[in-house]
Amino acid sequence: MQINPEENSAVASSASVGNSVSSFGIALSVRDVHKRYGEREVLKGISLDIRPGEFVAIVGRSGCGKSTLLRLVAGLESGQEGELLYDGSASGGRSNDRHDTRIMFQDSRLLPWKRVGDNVALGLPPHEYINAEFVLGQVGLRERRLEWPARLSGGQRQRVALARALVHKPRLLLLDEPLGALDALTRIEMHALIESLWRESGFTALLVTHDVGEAIALADRVVLIDEGRITLDERIDLPRPRNRGHAAFAALEEKVLRRVLQQPPNESEPDDHPGDVSLHRTVDQVRWAV
Amino acid sequence: MSKQTTPDSLTARRILPWVLPVLLIVIWELSARIGWLSSRVLPEPASIFKSGWELLRSGELHHHVLVSTRRALTGLAIGGSAGLLLGLATGTFRRVEAVLDTTLQMIRNVPPLALIPLIILWFGIDETAKIFIVALGVFFPLYLNTYHGIRSVDPALIEMAKSYGVTGWRLYRDVIFPGALASILVGLRFSLGLMWVLLIVSETISATEGIGYMTMNAREFLRTDIVLVGILLYALLGKLADVLARGLERFWLRWNPNYASA
Repeated sequence: MQINPEENSAVASSASVGNSVSSFGIALSVRDVHKRYGEREVLKGISLDIRPGEFVAIVGRSGCGKSTLLRLVAGLESGQEGELLYDGSASGGRSNDRHDTRIMFQDSRLLPWKRVGDNVALGLPPHEYINAEFVLGQVGLRERRLEWPARLSGGQRQRVALARALVHKPRLLLLDEPLGALDALTRIEMHALIESLWRESGFTALLVTHDVGEAIALADRVVLIDEGRITLDERIDLPRPRNRGHAAFAALEEKVLRRVLQQPPNESEPDDHPGDVSLHRTVDQVRWAV
Repeated sequence: MSKQTTPDSLTARRILPWVLPVLLIVIWELSARIGWLSSRVLPEPASIFKSGWELLRSGELHHHVLVSTRRALTGLAIGGSAGLLLGLATGTFRRVEAVLDTTLQMIRNVPPLALIPLIILWFGIDETAKIFIVALGVFFPLYLNTYHGIRSVDPALIEMAKSYGVTGWRLYRDVIFPGALASILVGLRFSLGLMWVLLIVSETISATEGIGYMTMNAREFLRTDIVLVGILLYALLGKLADVLARGLERFWLRWNPNYASA
């Protein structure tokens, strides 16, 4: 696993170039995927190739279909047309069988009746319980392992959720607006944490967010989905760790934001996000108001 | 006010609930001594405690309480576990719900006490009848709350657990059952309350031992003091059951800030 420091630094340095090619991450291919709920077509032919170890962010307005795409990849939804290929094979769609894929949700979804350490160990075979403690240490919460989740702050809960995802050593990590409900400072801390763990572990990451700044801070590529179609696929070649104050960063953010804003808002569309819809909306509205 | 934790307010909060009961007993005792209250209507508290003490010394009280408690707990064990198991089954499996739930909802609307004539015809007036009434009564609160608890487990948690490879029995043990536990314990508390009510009624109908028999027997001899001892015993046992249920809640739901002990 990722204890070997030399291996870590090797992965980290290759990732820091921006075009990491890791043999550990999964290669994900989305081929002309359509998805409809009744009459409404949410995804209208999405094609996307993600290389092993790549960090891809999907941005877009509420209801554009970005969360649906992520849930299809995770196997939480099915019934789509088109192909989802994991390392070239179509074994996806059966969520229970994909041990190498883990998803992190907007709400932490910790089990409130299990202590932090037991939450992280959820689904682990008994002989790997010790890893839970190690990964909790990686997110800086080792000493809180006997605490109940209700006693943690929102940011700490998301760190536990991140640890719970990473303890399975996923080759593909799916992030469904995991920081949407956090305050700005905590979010920036979480960006640094997610980035460093991604560089250490070399998994492929797919992040859904409506925060363009977050997408540019973290991703190798930013993909914009609007009304079920990909309308922009922008490579981000900034050196890591990225400085938000940098002119190139600001220019990219401006460019992507402008593309997002070009599209008319589709407020009447029902939200396809299954999580805390009210919260999701509020955060979204605030962002667009600013 | 409740946020203050100074020693003064703490003692006040402990003492305050007992002020009214103590005051009532004092007034009661005084009015009995002055002669406002006939001892036939309401004997003075002191004489009730005296009769209670005598019953305790003779071992009679001990015997009746033991018999009643055994009936109550047997009924609870039978009716309660049936309610829990069926609630788990209907909450978990749609097929079982389709087959069972309508029937059970119909039976639920029949008050258990309305069945007493039928139960006497079936079982006579011996132990089985009493235990059956208790079991029938405690069945429904546990059944309904277990069913409701299973159904209201957050589907987001179940989705998460499944995507993390937790399925089958482990999903049940780690997610569904703990998620339903708060509701199940509410059902248990309702059941415990009903348990004593039904036992009292069934014991007053016909019995040769038990608290109900003791009070009915005392009525025959116009021993109002012993009747009151029986009533107080029921109050005490009911409170004891509630305290135990609260203790279970505080232990099993200690992860929940609403239940954690202060």
